[in-house]
Amino acid sequence: MNFRHAKTFLLGALALSFLISLFGGQISSYPLFVSYNIGISIIMAVSLNLINGYTGQFSLGHAGFMAVGAYTSAVITNQFGGLNVVLANGIFLAALLAGGLAAAVAGLLVGIPTLRLRGDYLAIVTLGFGEIIRVILQNMNAVGGARGLSVAHSWTNLFWTFGFAAVTVYVVAALVNSTYGRGFIAVHDDEIAAEAMGINTTKYKVTAFVIGAFFAGIAGGLYAHSTQFLTPGGFGFMQSITFVVMVILGGMGNTVGVILSAILLTLLPEGLRVLAGVNHLGWIGNTRMIIYSLLLIVLMLTRPQGLFSFKKSPAPK
Amino acid sequence: MTEFLQQLINGLALGSILALIALGYTMVYGILRFINFAHGDVFMLGAFAGYYLAPKIAAVLPLPSIAGALVVMGISMAVCAALGVIIERFAYRPLRKQPKLTVLITAIGVSLFLEYAGQFVFGAAPKKFPAILPALPVTHLGGLSFNSNQIVVIAVTIFLLLALRFIVLKTKIGTAMRAVSFNPEAAALMGVNTDIVISFTFALGSALAAAAGILWAINYPAIDPLMGILPGIKAFVAAVLGGIGNLPGAALGGVIIGVTETLVSGYISSTYRDAIAFAVLILIMLVKPSGLLGKKEIEKV
Repeated sequence: MNFRHAKTFLLGALALSFLISLFGGQISSYPLFVSYNIGISIIMAVSLNLINGYTGQFSLGHAGFMAVGAYTSAVITNQFGGLNVVLANGIFLAALLAGGLAAAVAGLLVGIPTLRLRGDYLAIVTLGFGEIIRVILQNMNAVGGARGLSVAHSWTNLFWTFGFAAVTVYVVAALVNSTYGRGFIAVHDDEIAAEAMGINTTKYKVTAFVIGAFFAGIAGGLYAHSTQFLTPGGFGFMQSITFVVMVILGGMGNTVGVILSAILLTLLPEGLRVLAGVNHLGWIGNTRMIIYSLLLIVLMLTRPQGLFSFKKSPAPK
Repeated sequence: MTEFLQQLINGLALGSILALIALGYTMVYGILRFINFAHGDVFMLGAFAGYYLAPKIAAVLPLPSIAGALVVMGISMAVCAALGVIIERFAYRPLRKQPKLTVLITAIGVSLFLEYAGQFVFGAAPKKFPAILPALPVTHLGGLSFNSNQIVVIAVTIFLLLALRFIVLKTKIGTAMRAVSFNPEAAALMGVNTDIVISFTFALGSALAAAAGILWAINYPAIDPLMGILPGIKAFVAAVLGGIGNLPGAALGGVIIGVTETLVSGYISSTYRDAIAFAVLILIMLVKPSGLLGKKEIEKV
């Protein structure tokens, strides 16, 4: 994305999501829920793209950060009863930001000790951190443990989801295109050369982890206030994998492609679910996820550089 | 002390199974440098192959019996070896020149496919694995009790590890495997057919996973299509722990994870059990980033 248009994009997207949200009441609950999921997927995939795509650090624990944000914001909003619209939205925003900050702290905690690790080792350790977060939540009785946590308010709406999606896209695009942000790409391209050029690779890696985790935390908060029920199992390793798939299918380090693949991969299972409702297509209901996994394999075999990557990109590690 | 030894035995049995799965991960990684995420599901298919084979074998051989169990295990290993070769041929080989992450995602796709197709074909509900081994009375030895299945698990694992060691170190194809793992291009130039070596590696790893699946099912007889996920991840952790690409390391890592997990669920809390493998991994990675027995790779500029 061209940086000169990034600010225009942000304002436009914010205005657009506000306009659409005015019609939120007229959309029935299922399409609305799917739209929320699309927005949340965009936030997750674009923020993960900063870590995996631009900085080249393979993280497999993004759902863990999402869980931290989801539980933090839910615990905060659960303290409040019925509120008027303005106050509710204010508290919701504060809770989302708090969830983001909590996730960012978790990102810092994960980022610092794992910096010595590279490639597959880093992947498995981040996966481990994600699983540890899940097991800790499972054992915390204050948030319901394995039974799950009910979220009192359904404050997520189209404005907050797509507004935050726009902010995420803006922040990642602006960051990567700034002078400072070139460092992320340098770390991705060649860590040793970047270090030789005087780039503090450690700082860049931690920054990528913290910012990525922050937005994952916000996405978690949005998710919590849309499903209104959280279980630790919902943030397992398969969930992290889903977001990694979005990033790789979109083309690593290609924000527009990642947005498109986040939309596509959220709609694909839902679309198959809708198809299963059509006469004579009932068999899709049982084989929905088989079709999904086969499509994934075929897509990788036919377009290994990413679905939406058209220019020849430098070979990722 | 008795209780500690008892837990140690239980842990060894679990660790042996994890070690067998971990070997498959580490062999594939050693040669192709990518994580075969579908490996845990091959383990699951091994158990299911045994489940469907057992009634067929029972028509020919008496079951439960040692001979019958060996036949069931042998055929399941052959079935999964063929499956591993097929998966490699159709899902991974076309991507061999692509970045490793692409292959990784394909492997995840294969893993999801096997899980969902498994739920469709076998049904999602857990199935009871038939008794294929005669139930011997529990042996008592100075306060310790040995379950006959645990002894079988440990004995079979030791046998398979020795067999694998023989294949890798003493046979021609094993030498070729080590050559490809050391340097694929140079091995190809020396006349090693890398495609065959890679197929063989997948066959070997998948056969070990199938054996692990049968051993798991003998010990914990409820099998379902998603049973491969957690043991798969833990075995992968074990492989990384021991230094990925290193065969003795994978076996050692499996035993360490199995024993620690059993000790923690015995003495501290069983609800934290699933996090232990990762906690151990993170601690060891912080001290020794290349794993316990792994060689530190020096990056050349």
